[in-house]
Amino acid sequence: MRRHPKSLSRRTVLKSGVALTSMLAAPGLLRAEPAPVKVGLLQPISGAFALDGDLAKIGAEFAVKEINEAGGIKALGGAKLELIVGDSRSNAEAGAQATEELQSAGVAAVLGGFASGIALTATQTASRYDLPFVVDCAVADTITERGLKNTFRFNPNFSMATAVALKNLVKLNDDAGKPIKTVAIVHEDGLFGSGLAKIMQEKLPPLGFQIVETIAHPTPARDMTNVVLRLRALNPDLIVPSHYFNEFVLMARTLQQQRVRPKGIYAVFGGAASSYRFVNEFPEAAQGVMDCNHWGDPKSPITAKLRETVTAAGKFYAYNTPINYSLVKVFAQAVEKAGSADRAKIIEALAANEFDSGIMPYGKTKFDAKGQNASALPLNTQVQGKDIKVIYPAEYAEAKPVFPING
Amino acid sequence: MTRPRLATLAIIVVALGVIAFALSGALLNLMIFMMIIALAAQGWNILGGYAGLSSFGHAAFFGAGAYAMAVLQTRFGVNAWVALVIGIALGALVGAFIGFLSFRSGLKGSYFALITLAFAEVARIVANSTNFTGGAAGILLKLQNGLPYLQFADRRYFLLIALGFVAIGLVVSWWLEHSRFGAYLVALRENEQAAQALGVDVFAVKMKAIAISGALTAAAGCLYAQNYLFIDANVAFGSWISIEALFAAIVGGSGTVLGPLIGAIVLLGLGELTKGLSHGIPGMDLMVFGVILVLSVAFSPNGLVMLMKSLGLRAPAKEREA
Amino acid sequence: MYSPQIVVEALLNGLMLGAIYALIALGLTLIYGVLHIVNFAHGALLTVAMFMVWLACAQYGMDPYLAILFVAPVMFALGYVLQRFIIGPASHGKDNGILLVTLGLSIIIENALLAAFQSDTRTITSDYSFRVVEIGPLLLSFPRVVGFGVTIATTLLLWLVLHQTDIGKAIRAVAKEKLGASLVGISVPHVYAMTFAIGCACLAVAAGLLMPSFYVSPKTGAAFVLVAFTIVVLGGMGSIPGALIGGLLIGVVEAASSLFLGDSLGQIGIFLIFIVTLLVRPTGLFGARA
Repeated sequence: MRRHPKSLSRRTVLKSGVALTSMLAAPGLLRAEPAPVKVGLLQPISGAFALDGDLAKIGAEFAVKEINEAGGIKALGGAKLELIVGDSRSNAEAGAQATEELQSAGVAAVLGGFASGIALTATQTASRYDLPFVVDCAVADTITERGLKNTFRFNPNFSMATAVALKNLVKLNDDAGKPIKTVAIVHEDGLFGSGLAKIMQEKLPPLGFQIVETIAHPTPARDMTNVVLRLRALNPDLIVPSHYFNEFVLMARTLQQQRVRPKGIYAVFGGAASSYRFVNEFPEAAQGVMDCNHWGDPKSPITAKLRETVTAAGKFYAYNTPINYSLVKVFAQAVEKAGSADRAKIIEALAANEFDSGIMPYGKTKFDAKGQNASALPLNTQVQGKDIKVIYPAEYAEAKPVFPING
Repeated sequence: MTRPRLATLAIIVVALGVIAFALSGALLNLMIFMMIIALAAQGWNILGGYAGLSSFGHAAFFGAGAYAMAVLQTRFGVNAWVALVIGIALGALVGAFIGFLSFRSGLKGSYFALITLAFAEVARIVANSTNFTGGAAGILLKLQNGLPYLQFADRRYFLLIALGFVAIGLVVSWWLEHSRFGAYLVALRENEQAAQALGVDVFAVKMKAIAISGALTAAAGCLYAQNYLFIDANVAFGSWISIEALFAAIVGGSGTVLGPLIGAIVLLGLGELTKGLSHGIPGMDLMVFGVILVLSVAFSPNGLVMLMKSLGLRAPAKEREA
Repeated sequence: MYSPQIVVEALLNGLMLGAIYALIALGLTLIYGVLHIVNFAHGALLTVAMFMVWLACAQYGMDPYLAILFVAPVMFALGYVLQRFIIGPASHGKDNGILLVTLGLSIIIENALLAAFQSDTRTITSDYSFRVVEIGPLLLSFPRVVGFGVTIATTLLLWLVLHQTDIGKAIRAVAKEKLGASLVGISVPHVYAMTFAIGCACLAVAAGLLMPSFYVSPKTGAAFVLVAFTIVVLGGMGSIPGALIGGLLIGVVEAASSLFLGDSLGQIGIFLIFIVTLLVRPTGLFGARA
């Protein structure tokens, strides 16, 4: 093909023009820019958990932007982070498939997972490629108990979270003069609710609480009236619920309607107990509800910024955002320490070092021999007025617990 | 209706095997899943396609296989291959149980479809609340590579095993089209009374069909458990697999040898292709998937196999009145 | 053991919840009785109706019960169009085709709602939400009491429509003898579409009754589909009174079994009834000969 001199010259001009503008825009980038570090985020962007995936993505994107604006990964000559999102479609097979795709895209690590079933299959898929995988809020203890070298978990697992929840419950009760004697457990019948109920059934009686009833219900539940009627008959001092958002909302509304007023509602990983949407839409039903859950440091200025970003997108803030923000921050530190985007070196760095925990209240993140972040801990929150306040532990507390709530 | 020759089937299987060896990563993973679904759909097709007894509850068989595989290995230390055989047998047994109850009551059409759905749901609820099956936490299989464990560091071998099962499914379907038993099945699909009048033992034929169907779908469940190494009640007995199985079989062409395989490849391939269409809007991709599905039913009511035939893409082998 | 008061309250609540189930099953059974199809898009269409009610209430400040008057005609029209121009033509009148098309439609609808509204849970807060009707010591949920009354009224209305109007007679004619009906000049596709439309309008009523005490997200309808199938089978496929009685019965059984077995295992009770009905009396309580 004969070259057309005129068009050629125009292209050259165009090219140099582009080069010139980018030079003006970023004068520091005259040298060849280092290859970006690709990081995979595995979240349920569609399907049943789409809302969670969405909030997680906002947090991760915020962190990537922040890191890149601050000059990228210094150990790699200012290499930028590039976030690649894989959609797990809220189910395990698609989670495995998305992990394979992230692997094909050449990511240095995968972050996220969200639900235990998805995280279990996805980490295993990643392990075939020695691809580091840092799990977020999937809580099943088994995730880090399979001896997978690539698998780490940033958030507290089930056992850790319930231990903290129980400790704080005892403290709460003691401080108020032991108003609670009887407890009813209401849980959804999946992995998460049933697992929690089992631990509670074992551990509550030795602490001096009498369990009057354990009620399981399916998800989705069409109705909570029968559950609430049973609660009304039993009249427990404390209700310990563990279910997802919708069922929690249904139960709280029905409790209010049926005039069941326990001395407290103390959720562990409660679906709606620490949701701003719930507080906003049902302020009366939500009043005084306590939760022991993943929660960002309320005093960090970044928490406020993330909340603004989420609210500006027309959504209600939840823990997924600060967790995934912090995950990316931990990953970036691991790359800095590894001095490379090489997977084996990142795994080594993750296993060997301590990290700042972003805005999660974990102090220094340190992964133990199994890959579990030993410093991870949940916070206790309570709905007070129109806000959700941290009540325990003291170093993060914004308010004193209001307890018992109904005299 | 087209009846492919055995040689054609052999060529297809070998071709898939050759493709398998060229794959890695995401495509390999996808193809393994395709084969598992194809196998489940082949099971559905024996009953729903050939015998005309559409089931909405093949999850009952899939789950039986998956749980047999998981429970036997983790609780009783049974070898994976032995568990596989037992899982398949259990699928046939569950089929016989459901079949015995429903066929004795003469259920067919929507009634049969709904009762299979109910059985699968009961199985799901029971598996979810029984300690023996791991309850709601499900069962995690141990990761250990090696032939005796039916797990492979190089997953292409696993794909070949899955493909082997699909080949068995093809041969079973082929045999149906060439045997007296298969002719009985089609006869009772077309007109049960007439078949009975001609001396066909309708009950026995249906029982055999549901047992074979259950066994094939259970094999798919076994492979699923072994591939993903984690199952819970919603995965194993969830309605998703009942729907995938019947979708693949009907879209590909129910009552045909190649229908389920083609349906599974096309549907799952389409699901992956549409993934890129979401443009950040959740649900967009699956919406497009649904639209294509409806269009494909509208324009190829007898399944893709028939569509291909009518477009002249495949040389028709033998003709038969459908 | 529970006090008699709790048991009575639970059973009454079950009865009232069962009424709303019945209303959902009503559309399903009508469609089955006439078109002989199992409509798998029913749950998704219920979700659509619930979103419409939510929009009317949350965006336009309408009363949820008043909203039924606006949503029902829209759902009616939607149902007509869907059956006449999509399900009918695309399925070529084959069982498998209908199955796939309705399943496909439910995927489309669910995901279109997901794209439009995200997976957030939406609720409305109306004055009714927390109101109770006090009968002696019993606290009955006001929305449930309304639901019960409206369901009975809707069933009667539907029965009247089927027995007293021309279109009702045409529908019954097509249900009994499709070929004969078309020979006397009844347009079968039109009657099919009208039936489907009426079924969808019933969903609009159910949506309006549910919203004050329930929530909606793109997958909400699925929670009601299986129980609606059970009711249809129990009552007899195609039977209007069967759907009503079946719904009330299932509501009571659900309440009793969840009181004594727990909500989780209580669901088994429903499916066992379902299986036993199919095995022992597949025509259901009120069904005609199969």
